[in-house]
Amino acid sequence: MSPDLLKLIFGRLGLESLPLHEPIVVGTFVVVALGGAALLGGLTYFRLWGYLWREWFTTVDHKRIGIMYMILGIVMLLRGFADALMMRGQQMLAFGGSEGYLNAHHYDQVFTAHGVIMIFFVAMPLVTGLMNYVVPLQIGARDVSFPFLNNFSFWMTVGGAVLVMASLFIGEFARTGWLAYPPLSNIGYSPDVGVDYYIWALQVAGVGTTLSGINLICTIVKLRCPGMTMMKMPVFTWTSLCTNILIVASFPVLTVVLALLSLDRYVGTNFFTNDFGGSPMMYVNLIWIWGHPEVYILVLPAFGIFSEVTSTFSGKRLFGYTSMVYATVVITILSYLVWLHHFFTMGSGASVNSFFGITTMIISIPTGAKMFNWLFTMYRGRIRYELPMMWTIAFMLTFVVGGMTGVLLAVPPADFVLHNSLFLIAHFHNVIIGGVVFGAFAGINYWFPKAFGFKLDVFWGKLSFWFWVVGFYLAFMPLYVLGLMGVTRRLRVFDDPSLQIWFVIAAIGAFLVFLGILSMLMQFAVSLLKREQLKDVTGDPWDARTLEWATSSPPPDYNFAFTPVVHDNDAWWDMKKRGYQRPLTGFKPIHMPSSTGTGVILAGLATAMGFGLIWYIWWLAAASFLAMLVVGIGHTFNYHRDFDIPAEDVIRTEDARTKLLAGAK
Amino acid sequence: MTVAVNPTQTGEPLFYLADEHPHPEGYSTSLGFWIYLMSDCLIFAMLFAAFGVLGANYAAGPAPKDLFDLDLVAVNTSMLLLSSITYGFAMLAMQQNKIGQTQIWLAITGLFGAAFIGIELTEFAHMIHEGATPQRSAFLSAFFTLVGTHGLHVSCGLIWLVTLMVQVGKFGLIEANRRRLMCLSMFWHFLDVVWIGVFTFVYLLGVLR
Amino acid sequence: MSRLKILALLPLAVALSGCNYVVLAPAGDIAAQQRDLVIISTVLMLLIVIPVMALTVLFAWRYRQSNTSARYEPEWDHSTKLELVIWSAPLLIIVCLGALTWMGTHLLDPYRTLGRIKAEQAVDQSKAPLEVDVVALDWKWLFIYPDYGIATVNDLAAPVDRPINFRITASSVMNSFYIPALAGQIYAMPGMETKLHAVVNHAGTYKGFSANYSGAGFSGMRFNFQGLDDKGFDAWVAQAKSAGGSLGRAEYLQLEKPSENEPVRRYGTVDSDLYRLILNMCVETGKMCQSEMMAIDAKGGRGHEGLNNTLPLTYDKHARRGTPLGPEPTFVAGTCTPEAPQGQTTASIKAPTDIAPLLGAGLKRPTFAPLKSSSFFLGQRPKSDS
Repeated sequence: MSPDLLKLIFGRLGLESLPLHEPIVVGTFVVVALGGAALLGGLTYFRLWGYLWREWFTTVDHKRIGIMYMILGIVMLLRGFADALMMRGQQMLAFGGSEGYLNAHHYDQVFTAHGVIMIFFVAMPLVTGLMNYVVPLQIGARDVSFPFLNNFSFWMTVGGAVLVMASLFIGEFARTGWLAYPPLSNIGYSPDVGVDYYIWALQVAGVGTTLSGINLICTIVKLRCPGMTMMKMPVFTWTSLCTNILIVASFPVLTVVLALLSLDRYVGTNFFTNDFGGSPMMYVNLIWIWGHPEVYILVLPAFGIFSEVTSTFSGKRLFGYTSMVYATVVITILSYLVWLHHFFTMGSGASVNSFFGITTMIISIPTGAKMFNWLFTMYRGRIRYELPMMWTIAFMLTFVVGGMTGVLLAVPPADFVLHNSLFLIAHFHNVIIGGVVFGAFAGINYWFPKAFGFKLDVFWGKLSFWFWVVGFYLAFMPLYVLGLMGVTRRLRVFDDPSLQIWFVIAAIGAFLVFLGILSMLMQFAVSLLKREQLKDVTGDPWDARTLEWATSSPPPDYNFAFTPVVHDNDAWWDMKKRGYQRPLTGFKPIHMPSSTGTGVILAGLATAMGFGLIWYIWWLAAASFLAMLVVGIGHTFNYHRDFDIPAEDVIRTEDARTKLLAGAK
Repeated sequence: MTVAVNPTQTGEPLFYLADEHPHPEGYSTSLGFWIYLMSDCLIFAMLFAAFGVLGANYAAGPAPKDLFDLDLVAVNTSMLLLSSITYGFAMLAMQQNKIGQTQIWLAITGLFGAAFIGIELTEFAHMIHEGATPQRSAFLSAFFTLVGTHGLHVSCGLIWLVTLMVQVGKFGLIEANRRRLMCLSMFWHFLDVVWIGVFTFVYLLGVLR
Repeated sequence: MSRLKILALLPLAVALSGCNYVVLAPAGDIAAQQRDLVIISTVLMLLIVIPVMALTVLFAWRYRQSNTSARYEPEWDHSTKLELVIWSAPLLIIVCLGALTWMGTHLLDPYRTLGRIKAEQAVDQSKAPLEVDVVALDWKWLFIYPDYGIATVNDLAAPVDRPINFRITASSVMNSFYIPALAGQIYAMPGMETKLHAVVNHAGTYKGFSANYSGAGFSGMRFNFQGLDDKGFDAWVAQAKSAGGSLGRAEYLQLEKPSENEPVRRYGTVDSDLYRLILNMCVETGKMCQSEMMAIDAKGGRGHEGLNNTLPLTYDKHARRGTPLGPEPTFVAGTCTPEAPQGQTTASIKAPTDIAPLLGAGLKRPTFAPLKSSSFFLGQRPKSDS
């Protein structure tokens, strides 16, 4: 075939785009391909495709979508963590003239991919998954406001993850750092597909995130059960509300800034170029106007989880509910006034720098108040050290250190010496791992019995906990030390051999965290095998306080046979205390949304369009776009998107639960 | 959500609703659509900000006063404003349950919208033909992107409008279609408001600069 | 203050026993003051962090389930007094820290000229500071000494106790100019100029590098910074002078091309206008300088005439290609420019000559200068218009 024709069909995609010369990537590919083939073969052999499609892929049930988000987050955690291990390995070895085992082309992709994956495809899905699962249950709703949109949002997130994963084997990922500052990320200095993968992965996933934000705000505002006023909402619901407001008010900024960057890269406009009046600094400002709220998008739900866990396992009402809520709202607002602290060193005047430094410090006041609220929730409590509570204590001890170094970095003159150093790396891992990841794990251990009807295994859970906590300290305390020695981030080789020992310790720490992740996977596997022993039929294994524990575990499709009525912050606690009797008769048909495959198809087409644009396969991009329009419009011609669960089905489900509960007594 | 939660007559606290009134279909739609519009508004806010930062960086090229034809822009603006008025008439007709009249006003709205897009494209084509391309300077990049994004929204609105006309023709003014017409109405007026911003800050203030 | 200093030295004594904690034990007065701020803020925050951590452990232990002797009050969830304490304690710390930040940020603004050489010694106004123009290239550093007419690659030296005025720019992408022993870092950005004022107090050889990732050769963007006595510095200058070689526009365009792990190079003579041309991105002949472009833009652009003043771009630093959907890349052609004399490009902030340290006794309060909206938004001072 002529080269022109090939170019028309494949764009710039060719055989040379496959990284066959990188043995590490080829090895990974073989493993992934074999594993993938085994998985697909297994699914085919056990004839699970139909089941998966009907019950999971096309579902609009917020609970199943929540679980799928969690699975996505955990799968991507493995990828993101593999990158982390590679970095730690490289930095441990590359001393005294050694180049390590990764060349710059590979290493620079690894640290970029690590950041992008961990934030967008691990932390975000874990947090969104928990919100998706728990919020409708906590407010006594049957589902979210827009169930189809929920399914579509999830698959768009998957689409973004698919593009990032594709970059591993087809072409390359960005070599720019996770925020892709221009001019480096512009076409002149990054002409390859890496930055385009970055742009389109985030754009596709970003649409999903924004829509799921809108969805959850509506759900919380509109679908709360009777009696649940705003100030009677569980704290996790409050933090979810604030997080989703932050999502809706910040992700469009990311969409715009990436769109402008892609215009620069695809049609040669001059937003962020050096010449023709462009301003790279505008990119840095805009992306951090999204980027700083993003930090709070991740950590606020974690704060909510810790509030629920502390109160439940201390057997006590949450101390200072009102101030907790106001602290959350204040953090939400302040998170928009601090973005410049990410680049004090870009030459702003002293007054501007001080302003943003001080606003940053002010955020530590509500955060500090929250910390005290958890402390005084424990005070005069009866603390049960189940796994979620262990993660919470680890969080409280770890997060204050991260918060302290964060406030330190908010002092501009201190930032001048610590900016971009490994001290900074240690700081944000300290808050993201100590806050978000520990929070997600507390949440997983806390709500797993709700989702599956059995608790997680304690032995492997504790093993995972200790590996993670010890590993975290070993991995990141040396980075604080290295930062004070003036070692900067993203370096591939080092010349000062006296630094090596610290990198070795950090690598050992990373390996312990790896064991922690393996233990967690073991914990899931072992719990699945021992599910009969770990079974919980009451639906309330922790003697908990909020509404999600009032229904069965796992909850029926319709969540609650009758819409609950709430009188107290700790609604379920109040119901238990006042002798609530579960209704046994009078069931009626329940109106529910029906499943649809449109979300999967649309997201698949969006991913294909992204792939076409990345590789300049214009026909593919255009065709996918048109197909999206047709499918999307076609979907609006379907006016029958719901059905009624017949009363007999409800009666059958509820009777089964009655029997179970009777058997348990 | 101010359902009475008083104790039942027996004095027992009420913990569930025996008689459920399911939320009507589309109960959250208008709130959801408003939130979507606000997120879209933020997109325009960012583009305005980009224009504000880059709007005077002509790179020794042409400035707004050399390029903009205010007469044409005035005609264009009136097209869009008129389309908002006619959309309002369509909504009035919808409220009176007059399918035919609704369709006619929607069609007129669509024609005004199409005229707006046509005039905008003519303006763009003229500028590009002259050499004032989006690549020429940061000012022009920001201009084309801001105005173009608005135009893209109007085009999406047109596709939506045609779809709704088909749906109203096929299924009548049923509840779902009324809701959709309401959403499109918000979208259409929102674009009008954005255009007033564009007209003022980009064109008028640009020429004054 | 002196007590705090002693406090500051305590961890240092421990830390310095093993490794080189250059951030905590720098050789320049600016970095030393920044270090002091690091330590003072840490101590301030420990005032609240340590009690919180201790209370966490204490409560976690005392109120464990098996300890049935501890009080258990499941309904206790509010105490106005306690709420006041938990909001006001962090608030007080932040008020102190905020005041410190406001002062420290203004006093240690890298754009501000030095007022003192070290804690006990004011600047000698009769001696001119050392001017150094810094250019971050892909992937090496170019240092131009305009007063001496020499230039070096990846080698920087300065006399001890003489203030240094750095003017910093870059050729292609963002970097960050950082010598931990000397002073905090500041970004080096193409087409823009940042400034740094610093002084080295102890002779020695220190490391400098780029602290902002800039592409494949980033790890090798290292150089040595030598603090020398006056005689040593003169010898160093003489060495560069005798190295011969000259750095003009043509040589610069060669030098500017990407290369990694560059060895030290010295140029005995240097085009006196080179830095201005680099900053204005018009080293290539025929290209319009940014300063000229901005002057034209400030007068409202060049009208329709400006539609035809671009030429196809044949050279760029990397293998630059056009965009897939856009036209071929171009550049704006220059008109005949009167060569502007090289001089101060952006105004410096003059510090009073004073040895008073951080707490600011005798210093005027920093002014609340009105912010220009555009520079406020960009977080940057206006571009140079030399």
